[in-house]
Amino acid sequence: MSPARAIVIGLRRRDSATSPGDLVLHGVCLVASILAVLAMALIAYEVIEGARPAISRFGLGFIVHTTWKPNFFVFGAGSFLFGTAVTSGLALLVATPIGIAIGLYLSLLAPKAVRGVISPLVEMIAAIPTVILGFWGILVLGPFLSRHVEPWIHAHFGFLPLFGPGQTTGSGVFNATIILTIMIIPIVASLSRDLFLTVPAELRDGAAALGATRWETIRGIVLPSTASGVTAAAFLGLGRALGEAIAVTQVIGGGNALHASLFQTGDTLASRIALQFTGAENALQTASLFYLALMLLVIGVLTNLLAQLISGRFGQQATFAR
Amino acid sequence: MTNGPDHARPLTPSGNLRRRLLLNRIAEMTATAAAVLAVAVLGIVVYSVLQRGGGALSWDFLTQAAPLFGGSSGGIGPAIAGTGLIVLVATLIAAPVGILVALHTTEFAGPRARTIIGVALDLLNGLPSIVIGIFVFGLLVSGHHQSGFAASLALAIIMLPLIAGSTQEVLALVPRSLRDAADALGVTRWRTVRGVLLPNVVGGILTATMLAVARAAGETAPLILLCSIFGQSAGVNFFSTALPNIPVTIFNLSEEADPAGFARAWGAALVLLVFILLTGLAGRILLGRSRAKISG
Repeated sequence: MSPARAIVIGLRRRDSATSPGDLVLHGVCLVASILAVLAMALIAYEVIEGARPAISRFGLGFIVHTTWKPNFFVFGAGSFLFGTAVTSGLALLVATPIGIAIGLYLSLLAPKAVRGVISPLVEMIAAIPTVILGFWGILVLGPFLSRHVEPWIHAHFGFLPLFGPGQTTGSGVFNATIILTIMIIPIVASLSRDLFLTVPAELRDGAAALGATRWETIRGIVLPSTASGVTAAAFLGLGRALGEAIAVTQVIGGGNALHASLFQTGDTLASRIALQFTGAENALQTASLFYLALMLLVIGVLTNLLAQLISGRFGQQATFAR
Repeated sequence: MTNGPDHARPLTPSGNLRRRLLLNRIAEMTATAAAVLAVAVLGIVVYSVLQRGGGALSWDFLTQAAPLFGGSSGGIGPAIAGTGLIVLVATLIAAPVGILVALHTTEFAGPRARTIIGVALDLLNGLPSIVIGIFVFGLLVSGHHQSGFAASLALAIIMLPLIAGSTQEVLALVPRSLRDAADALGVTRWRTVRGVLLPNVVGGILTATMLAVARAAGETAPLILLCSIFGQSAGVNFFSTALPNIPVTIFNLSEEADPAGFARAWGAALVLLVFILLTGLAGRILLGRSRAKISG
């Protein structure tokens, strides 16, 4: 910091201490900020408070227990945790490479005019309300899967327990995974595109001058220098998929049991809350649904913090330069 | 084949170079195919909604209430009004708070406070919307009634980090020299904000708000918990009864196996999708423009 700037900042400090208008503005802004931080804290408190009856009844065993029988007052999150992990994990596995490829295309390959058209189109995918995506999943994707895709996969790869016989409606884990994949792709694509654009042109030119092909430049220069940011982008996408409730509720079929087959029904944490919350039969069920929300909250906070840690975003924003 | 130069065709790549160029070609085509795939998926979804929802669309559909006992007549008028009101109130809550938070972080806060607020906003942004729905349920609905206001509050919490984040971004784009000039003239801080900063970033804030509105209007998960048990009448109290709204209407109709209901759901989906895509697109175009204007 130059001495002149230090003086300017020093003057600023003194000013804001003396002028009443400054005091008021500073105060109002401070209140708003406290409100924002408080909101986050209150959310955590409220969710823990709501889950308390279920926590004291089932303890940590709730997380792995797979029985969910409201009329017997027995609740466990195991199968929903499993469903969440399977759907989000698979979706991430498929969406990350596709998203990175789109990011590469938009940042390095596409002509400027094409980029200007396709970039907003890709971002529009993320803007589609999930309830519409889910509705589309029920009525368009589901029948297509059950008529054409699932029978074919089952016939050819049915020896794997992963690809058992399908549902007639096409609802199930497979359908939910595809919907989540569609949701994650634009997130990874637009974040990684922004990252790839920050790679200095001199580095790419240098590689080109050494005779590297575009792919070699990407593999040798672009991907290594943005690896941490791309990983963080994938985590942000994962966070989105883990917490998605509505679209998954619509297409996953709401099953209670654990299935090895992707073509069977299942359920996720978020989807179970959306499905049963308003129709909860007893207080313990409501508390158990709060418990599911608490698990989602913890998972969501962890993925988010992890993404920030990986990209080194704590404190300074250097790596995500905009 | 030898790896030496091919004297019959002197300038064609051979051996290792040919392999490298082929690999490059494959990589480029894969990336292009991925982009085409994404655009195709968008096209298929939008086309499905247009094709199936287009038939339901009519003046009556947009203005009339839903049929009392099922059937194919009637529309989603109250749902459109309800969504409009819920989102409007959410915006009125989230926009001022978001802008003030952004002002606080860029103009007043020290590095530590800035980090805390930044992390809190990031966490809020990363929270599943259904968790926010559960929070507001515990806060306002549990023991009382569902209400339009509860839905607005949940949407406001979803919008807050979006508006605050984008406003921070545009505020950061205002050149330091403008602030320094104001300081050098002895202008107090709040007058600098009012006279120099805000006029410069008002376009950016507006577009940030539009993008947040586009995001909030389609949120369904919190509304399922907070604003889903509604009649079809329009005469309702914002603070004590649930308002009909488009996302929950689509969700409910999608859970019933009723072809007439499906037709109405496609129509509602079309209305929502067109609104959101237009708002989002306009916001994005304006955002690029106001960014370019500020950084000059």
